[in-house]
Amino acid sequence: MEKSVCKEHEKLYRELDEFIQEVEGDSSALIEVLHKAQQIFGHLPIEVQEHIAEKLNIPVSKVFGVVTFYSLFTMKPRGKYQIKICLGTACYVKGADKLMDRFKEELEIEEGEVTKDGLFSLHAVRCLGACSMAPVVMIGESDFYGRVTPDEVPKIIRNYKNRGGK
Amino acid sequence: MPKSNVVLVSVDSNSILKGARYFKNLFRQLVDEYNLSSFVDVLETGSFGVYRDGVIVAIYPEEVYYEVKNPDDVKKIVEEHLLKGRRAKELELDSALFTDKISVEAKKVSEETRVVLRNAGVIDPTNIDEYIARDGYMALAKVLNEMKPVEVVEIVKESGLRGRGGAGFPTGLKWEFTMKTEADQKYVICNADEGEPGTFKDRLIMEGDPHALIEAMTIAGYAVGATKGYIYIRGEYYGSVQNIQKAIEDAYEYGLLGENILGSGFTFHLAVRLGAGAYICGEETALMESIEGKAGRPRLKPPYPPVSGLYSKPTVINNVETFVNVPQIILKGADWFKSIGTENSPGTKVFSLCGNIVNRGIVEAPMGTTIRDLVYKYGGGIANGKELKMIQTGGTAGTFVGPDKLDTPLDFDSMKNYGVSLGSGVILVIDEDNCAVDVLKKAMEFFEHESCGKCTPCREGTKMLVRMLDEISKGRGKEEYIDAMKNIASTMLDSSFCGLGQSIPIPLNSMLDNFKEEFLAHINAKESPCGICKFEKPKKKLVRR
Repeated sequence: MEKSVCKEHEKLYRELDEFIQEVEGDSSALIEVLHKAQQIFGHLPIEVQEHIAEKLNIPVSKVFGVVTFYSLFTMKPRGKYQIKICLGTACYVKGADKLMDRFKEELEIEEGEVTKDGLFSLHAVRCLGACSMAPVVMIGESDFYGRVTPDEVPKIIRNYKNRGGK
Repeated sequence: MPKSNVVLVSVDSNSILKGARYFKNLFRQLVDEYNLSSFVDVLETGSFGVYRDGVIVAIYPEEVYYEVKNPDDVKKIVEEHLLKGRRAKELELDSALFTDKISVEAKKVSEETRVVLRNAGVIDPTNIDEYIARDGYMALAKVLNEMKPVEVVEIVKESGLRGRGGAGFPTGLKWEFTMKTEADQKYVICNADEGEPGTFKDRLIMEGDPHALIEAMTIAGYAVGATKGYIYIRGEYYGSVQNIQKAIEDAYEYGLLGENILGSGFTFHLAVRLGAGAYICGEETALMESIEGKAGRPRLKPPYPPVSGLYSKPTVINNVETFVNVPQIILKGADWFKSIGTENSPGTKVFSLCGNIVNRGIVEAPMGTTIRDLVYKYGGGIANGKELKMIQTGGTAGTFVGPDKLDTPLDFDSMKNYGVSLGSGVILVIDEDNCAVDVLKKAMEFFEHESCGKCTPCREGTKMLVRMLDEISKGRGKEEYIDAMKNIASTMLDSSFCGLGQSIPIPLNSMLDNFKEEFLAHINAKESPCGICKFEKPKKKLVRR
């Protein structure tokens, strides 16, 4: 078991290295590399940051500074399905805060936390540019839910639970 | 063999924002998954002339109309209607709605003046031929074959086009400064880091008409002598990124980007750079830092980008909407452009209507259109029969105004003349159910979170403002807080490093001035006067016997 996990990691690092080579990584490619790394690893633990620093030939402190500056980058693992609730003004006046409360209640986690089964994490985000559909919830990278009411929340969660780890 | 079922997904400028294209693709994908592709066709169509919360889908030959709001609805329709042959009743719309087919969209378009959005929702954005068929890349061909760079700059200058991102700086001047600066390398950047809450116009342009942006940036490159361009898009805008990237690939294939464009000898390369979730990166110098792979903290100005921008080279940086005006100006001339809008602000503006309004969405109208027209004529009035309380114009950094300002014409001078900002063109309608203190607190919390921390006035000022507003909302406020907040804001205006901190007095002062009574009511009352803010008891003092 232990061995296979290592092998798995090796593969992931190799994928990252290939990408770095592709963009002919110098320091200006850092943000793109971090996007890719987060896509591969799910989050950006310090070991991955050290690896990137070495490959791009820049100090780890610089990588760390960039990772912590941008809100899309995270050093903590996130859920398989990231539930992002827009709390921008347009969504707020349409009741986004009540939506957030309902999600917290249903998932029994606070904002920024991950459920025990690792399926969901909950995030407040700024404007998603879909104000005509306010309040907006985005799950993962492409599932948009517009004009959501708190009562629809359990149904939405159930749908993803049914998909499970798929 | 004709297929037995046709699914028509209504795609127009507003349903795109509701995910119409995404739903269409999902329909196709599910039809494939269920092996129905030899029986079912999934096609795009225009507006059905009926506006609902979701995207409208029609299935023929049964002529059943459904309203789709999320991916699960699509799944249900495919499984129930197409697979099992029974109607998905709960999603079905009354077909009587559709018998009287006067297209609202058609009427709306004729009332709108579409320059920037002329193709959005009309053409298939992933098909370069459709763009070319509507005079696409004609302006680029004209520029490369018939005009000198200086002539291009002249016509943009002459048109009076001003930056649509919010600041309203004359675009032609920016281009002229960059053209005149000598350098071995220059850049063109499109600021597509649309992060102003309430704004979603650039997303519609990029998802509806990506080639217009590419053409305009190439023209800008030719005019100022740049050979490389970047489009900096928010990391959250997955759909925009896909469309733009596809469009760039197609443009390269057609020889409209790359070396020796259209045989003119001019070379221009274009690439997409992704943001990573930082509002401050909409500030032009912070954005450049970010493209260079650093944390996006703003630089000291001057020098301005036309002198020293990306990698310290002369750089033109414009908003998406600004760029997309350019090809039309080249083709139709500066006088045509000046005939639209007002004297100091020619052209149109794309407004984002949102909040408690009936028709939320995007509308393009001439500069100088009044707020009343935007809210009642295009927006259909206040939702659910409520009373209008206030409107925030221009984005979170814009002004809060009451119903008395409804007849203000919006253009770049409306801030100076009426105290109403145009900003990025947001019209956020707020109805009577909302509380002024609560709304302002939310706005300030946004700035507190997005302040980059580089300069003290902004980092600490936003914190103090939030703290005072929080106290007021909990019934622990004092009257002197109002003056104290204004004082902090004016300090921030004078001493903040960049536009983020400097713009805080705009929303703050306009709210405090226009809705002062509500703040005083919160301060002087024992019970919460609004029902939204929850008053807490003052902290108990230790009583000694």
